[in-house]
Amino acid sequence: MTLRDAVTAETARADVALATPARGIGDRLRSAALTAYPFVVVGAMWEIVAHLGIFPPRLFPTLEEVAATFVRLTVMGILPHHALETLARLSAGFALAAVAGVVIGIAMGRSRRAEDIFLPLVSIIAPIPGIAYAPLFLLWFGLGNFATVLLVGFASSFAVIINTWTGVKAVKEIWVRSAQSMGADNRRLFRLVILPGALPYIFTGLRLGMAQAWRILVVVEMLAGVQWGLGWMIFGAREFLNTDVMLAGVAVIGIIGLVLEKHVFQRLEDYTVVRWGMMEQ
Amino acid sequence: MPHIEIRDVSLIYDTPSGSVPGVQGVSFSIEPSEFLCIVGPSGCGKSTLLNIIAGFLMPTGGEIRIGGKIITGHGMDRGVVFQDFAQLFPWRTALANVTFGLEMKGISKAEREKIALEQLRLVKLDKFVRSYPHHLSGGMQQRVAIARALAYNPSVLLMDEPFAALDALTRDEMQRLLADVWRETKKTVIYVTHNVAEAVYLADRVVVMTPHPGTVKTEIPIRLARPRDPLSVEFLEHQKELLRHLGGEAGKA
Repeated sequence: MTLRDAVTAETARADVALATPARGIGDRLRSAALTAYPFVVVGAMWEIVAHLGIFPPRLFPTLEEVAATFVRLTVMGILPHHALETLARLSAGFALAAVAGVVIGIAMGRSRRAEDIFLPLVSIIAPIPGIAYAPLFLLWFGLGNFATVLLVGFASSFAVIINTWTGVKAVKEIWVRSAQSMGADNRRLFRLVILPGALPYIFTGLRLGMAQAWRILVVVEMLAGVQWGLGWMIFGAREFLNTDVMLAGVAVIGIIGLVLEKHVFQRLEDYTVVRWGMMEQ
Repeated sequence: MPHIEIRDVSLIYDTPSGSVPGVQGVSFSIEPSEFLCIVGPSGCGKSTLLNIIAGFLMPTGGEIRIGGKIITGHGMDRGVVFQDFAQLFPWRTALANVTFGLEMKGISKAEREKIALEQLRLVKLDKFVRSYPHHLSGGMQQRVAIARALAYNPSVLLMDEPFAALDALTRDEMQRLLADVWRETKKTVIYVTHNVAEAVYLADRVVVMTPHPGTVKTEIPIRLARPRDPLSVEFLEHQKELLRHLGGEAGKA
């Protein structure tokens, strides 16, 4: 029997335990409804409060007004422009944090010396809110994108470092022994065992890092003197009491976050650690 | 010439409360293609001894020779199967787990998949080559582990209670399967267990160890025709003899 035959045989075998449940349209609708449910409830409450007129309409717009502003700003191209600039900074900063964080985290997990050097530094710096460094970064690197991206990368790298480090430490010793007994050298042990073994933790670190990156970016955009960006738009709108613009901006951040979670992080996880049974869905 | 020689091997553990001898003055040898079981109660140092032979632990005294050469660490002349099902790499399919050792040897992809498939057929898992370990039962995972340890063709197979965590029925089936695999591959096997019936079923010779410190108490050859009948009078006689040497300790486990 060739390998292909074996694979065919395996595929043909209708083993219930191995089959993944098919997702029908009904399941999809139900999952969409479940996701929407809390938003519908909060939205309804918002509408009630807005229409009761407890607060001045200018400060507490109805959802229709926010939606109208959202559409108007989108059609005018203003909102997409702000969102794209923010996304570009977010991607650059987060990429910086992801690469540096994973590299430093793995070094700390594998080398005693790296751990001795980095752990005290990370322990002290990590709990300090990233925004506290903003004035310093802006003075050192000037107003603008460079300082912003650098600060976002710096502040969000700690979650990645700490989780990667933990993940490497949590790699099962039996995997390492198995690989070594089969002749794996250090380089291949790292690439073929440590890295995939630590992946569930690395994903957690990347998620937390992304959340951190958002938090810092929105504030820094206001301080860094950039022309475009959701953070700048939201803070700028305060000057004119444009609460509808602020809320539209907040909504865009929420939507981007949701899309990143569902279509980037969850997909990566489904394709790797969930498929491997290392993490529950 | 014996395949493996264990000469006066000792290992002393350093603990906060002082040094504790784990294994003391253990000597025996194993012939090529022999199936040797090491039996003893928990804490008698049998797993420690296996880890020393595997090269994961360095003995504090004595030496181990495989094919005349003193071992200094782990090596591809030995395949290791552990008790823990988690020894398989969850991110690799059954097939990719089995090809791992061949990959380390630098064998081409087509060639290593062919070899791995043969090994999986040997343990009757050729229908599950593309399955990830978490989709396989405990018994199947241990079979993949055996195929994986055999795939890169080591001359020695070291097994540390590989079936201890399985249910009794599966364990019986696995013992039969292992006896078949051994008959076909003719590896030299060192098999650690605390199960006396398992030792009598599988072994050519049983080394009995006693704890505190771990030393060899006696060696008992099992000269029963294979395949062995666990219900035969001779089989039960051997079991009784082993249990006598163990002072009934292991029988309870």
